[in-house]
Amino acid sequence: MEKQIKIAKKLDLTGVICPTNFVKTKLALEDLKKGQILEIILDDGEPIRNVPRSIKEDGHKIIKVENIKNKFKILIKK
Amino acid sequence: MSSFDKLDIKNKKEQKKLNVDFAELKSGGFIKQNKKDLFTVRLRVPGGRMPIERLNKIIKIAQKYGKANFVHFTTRQSLEIISININDFNKLKSELKKIGQQTASCGPRVRVATGCGGCEYNARGIIDAQKLALQSDRKFFGIPTIHGKFKISFAGCHSDCTRAKGADIGFIGEIEPGWSERKCIGCGLCAKACLEGAIISDKKTGKPVYDASKCIFCGDCIKICPTSAMHEKKVGCGLYVGGKWGRHPRIADLITHLFPAKDIIPVIKKTIDWYIKNGKKRERIGNTIDRLGIKKYKNEINYKRSY
Ligand code: HEM
Ligand code: SF4
Ligand code: SF4
Ligand code: SF4
Repeated sequence: MEKQIKIAKKLDLTGVICPTNFVKTKLALEDLKKGQILEIILDDGEPIRNVPRSIKEDGHKIIKVENIKNKFKILIKK
Repeated sequence: MSSFDKLDIKNKKEQKKLNVDFAELKSGGFIKQNKKDLFTVRLRVPGGRMPIERLNKIIKIAQKYGKANFVHFTTRQSLEIISININDFNKLKSELKKIGQQTASCGPRVRVATGCGGCEYNARGIIDAQKLALQSDRKFFGIPTIHGKFKISFAGCHSDCTRAKGADIGFIGEIEPGWSERKCIGCGLCAKACLEGAIISDKKTGKPVYDASKCIFCGDCIKICPTSAMHEKKVGCGLYVGGKWGRHPRIADLITHLFPAKDIIPVIKKTIDWYIKNGKKRERIGNTIDRLGIKKYKNEINYKRSY
């Protein structure tokens, strides 16, 4: 399934705190066309609690969340 | 409050000379300062909501009568004009009246209702705390309680910025979550969002296992869910009674979660009536509850649980 999803851009936000991580996500999404996928890596704790909610509030769609050790890989469709 | 008693002792002659309505002074909003003849005037600003146009006019009045070069914003969302000379009391009062601005209440009366931005313009708000504060203020402001002050407060969500749990009666916006398995992609974000341990992510499927007994109905799981599998089932308020701050703070008792918004005005009325009937002089309702037991309060306000 994952192979079918074409990722247009990747962003590793490990160690990036709130709200900078969200701002960086937002900027990355601005560079994409509608329908393209952004992959981000988020830390556990505050980032995973805050960033997905803000992405949703901005009207983008989270299509997949994958837990890798203490981090999360999230696919966002613009 | 007690400083007015001192004022009253001043002889009748002086009162006549000043031509000041002491009853009005006492009923509220005028607070004696530490220097002779100077007063602070506290304004009635329910929900901390001040029309810009009126604020402009208040600034002019403050410049004209306030002997201080500042105003003071209080913790309960009021604005105070500082150092008004007692001789200017009547003129000030009538100028405020002209622009539709009332003063706040003092003594054993219902205080101005406070409220945060709520859902009207705050991203986290669940109930319209502004509208509810204005509504209940219109209904209850200044009502004598005989025993003590009575504060009403509304918070849009469980962050409780307005400190509703520190008011005599407080309301906090709540949502009961519902779940549609069909829409769930098993991402586990809802479990991450829940700070109460009320959702655990199933190890195999990632789907939520919900424990209603731990849920405080904050709605965080709904806000984060990317597919709206977690959705709003019901909106209401946490109903809290008996909070106070001051010398001996007391956090309000939770009476019920998900109290229906349409019953807010009736429950405030019942609670004030209960306090008038059961309270003792100078006692806040929280202490009345401690003395008589929360069961008695719950039974006598006779709120039928609707969930
Ligand atoms: C980005 C950070 C923050 C934001 C956006 C924020 C937002 C707010 C808002 C909107 C209110 C007012 C609600 C109202 O009365 O209408 C409020 C009240 C309050 N906040 Fe914050 N706040 C922040 C950080 C903090 C921090 C760090 C603290 C404490 C360490 C704090 C403590 C309080 C308290 C005690 C109140 C109630 C104040 C009162 O009783 O007048 N806030 N906050
Ligand atoms: S109580 Fe909730 S809705 Fe109200 S100001 Fe605080 S965060 Fe916003
Ligand atoms: S409403 Fe709040 S407390 Fe209840 S399950 Fe959702 S996140 Fe947890
Ligand atoms: S956040 Fe929504 S989609 Fe994700 S596991 Fe929870 S209910 Fe399912």
